[in-house]
Amino acid sequence: MIVGKQKPFEEIWDMIKNFKKLLVFGCNTCVAICHAGGGKEAEILASMLRMKASVEGVGIEVKHAAIERQCEPEFFEPVMDDVRTSDAVLSLACGVGVNFLSERIGNIPVYPGINTEFFGAVEKAGIFTELCAGCGGCILHLTGGICPIARCSKSLMNGPCGGTSNGKCEISQDVDCGWYLIVERMKKLGTLEKLFEIQPPKDWSTGLYGGPRRIALEHIDDLEAPEERKES
Amino acid sequence: MKSGSNLEKVLEGGYFAVTAEVGPPKGTSASVIQKKGNLLKSYCDALNVTDNQTAIVRMSSLSGCVILNGMGIDPVMQMVVRDRNRIAIQSDILGAVALGIRNVLCLSGDHQKFGNHPTAKCVYDIDSIQLVKTLKTMRDEKKFLCGEGISGEVQLYIGAVENPFADPFEYRVKRLAKKVKAGADFIQTQAVFDVAKFIRWMEMLRDEGLDKQVHILVGVIPIKSVGMARYMRDNVSGVSVPNEIVTRLEDAKNTKEEGIKITLEIIEQLKEIDGIHGIHIMAVAWEDIVPVIVEKAGLLPRPIL
Repeated sequence: MIVGKQKPFEEIWDMIKNFKKLLVFGCNTCVAICHAGGGKEAEILASMLRMKASVEGVGIEVKHAAIERQCEPEFFEPVMDDVRTSDAVLSLACGVGVNFLSERIGNIPVYPGINTEFFGAVEKAGIFTELCAGCGGCILHLTGGICPIARCSKSLMNGPCGGTSNGKCEISQDVDCGWYLIVERMKKLGTLEKLFEIQPPKDWSTGLYGGPRRIALEHIDDLEAPEERKES
Repeated sequence: MKSGSNLEKVLEGGYFAVTAEVGPPKGTSASVIQKKGNLLKSYCDALNVTDNQTAIVRMSSLSGCVILNGMGIDPVMQMVVRDRNRIAIQSDILGAVALGIRNVLCLSGDHQKFGNHPTAKCVYDIDSIQLVKTLKTMRDEKKFLCGEGISGEVQLYIGAVENPFADPFEYRVKRLAKKVKAGADFIQTQAVFDVAKFIRWMEMLRDEGLDKQVHILVGVIPIKSVGMARYMRDNVSGVSVPNEIVTRLEDAKNTKEEGIKITLEIIEQLKEIDGIHGIHIMAVAWEDIVPVIVEKAGLLPRPIL
């Protein structure tokens, strides 16, 4: 899932303090799981902003709402009246939601209430860990299912570098060395010799470095096209 | 000869090589490099110029190497993959060769978090092993990484580094074998204080037959103070400083002299190890001790080839 973290309250306040009608808009999938931007967080943040407004003596009407996913059009309909009657939307979705809504609601500004952090998993309650970098060229079959791009601080393809110590990365004793994990995992699988091969330079063009990405599934498009024609 | 560099001649000639490190200034003064070059030139076969070591911005390694080269010193250009992508790396290599630089040492580079621009975006387009292979392809096949041809000769003597004390201990030698396979001609290791552990590492290396395929230069750091010893023991990732060394420095009347004595003892033990072809002295902020150490270790005169 996409893991996010709510922005500091003061930063949020500075973004929205000059508006009269604000919608705090949660997203109930990924960012709800990591307690950053679901409906519950939207409700709490809305009431904190109301309190702040009253302390500051500023008149802002703060509403809150949430939908299942801010990254798919079909979920927006029930809240569009609230969106359209606001001066500004504070979206607690990941950056995808903020972009998606921004391009679809004319001249109403959409502000980010969270920092979108990474693709991660729930290590245990309240702890989220980055496990995938979304590079578009998966090599997990070569590295025992542990990603060197996401989990090595230098994204080395032929690690570990000389900075690993006691299984930890040189950048911090709190960060596991991704390559240490890979070597130990490959030992367990009995496939360590796979690592003796030199991995060639990676094709980064499949990732963000190749420009913004888009996937078009032609067979899905073909199925939906007749429906669209019917409606119009 | 692959490059005709002095370092290559010394190592291929079977001599015990001595190299040292020249840290470039945080400024524009060529004289800083020149002073260090003059101090060390009669005591070393080649001098490494570090590449923004610990991710702190300094004069570029390439410029430092050009300055040394102009003084008749054989420079080793250190190149980290932290700050350059494959386009910049190959371009810098062409320029370095054009300017007479023949030795290149390939490194990952310390993470930018340690430096004076910790918010920088790192590059790591290729890793250090891929860099070694890239240089070998440029030299032997006269081709860029993309396969296109290079005009002119690319005379290079290719170096890589290894840290015998990093984890996982048993895998380090296997990884070194990858660097050798990729094309490393010589290896400069992380500083050795724990000779016993290093001997074990060398045994594993000999078992793989690597001592016959690559020249190993062992890293040596002269310790100047108790504080420095403690700092390296506790804070420098992958450096193993035995407590015994720290205690000896703590108990010494003259710490610097004890530091020199320890360094000489280490060099003496290293010279005895089968498969060691030289030492690489990293006297960070204590360059003037290098001539003393080289002389007292009985490594003078340096061969003139």
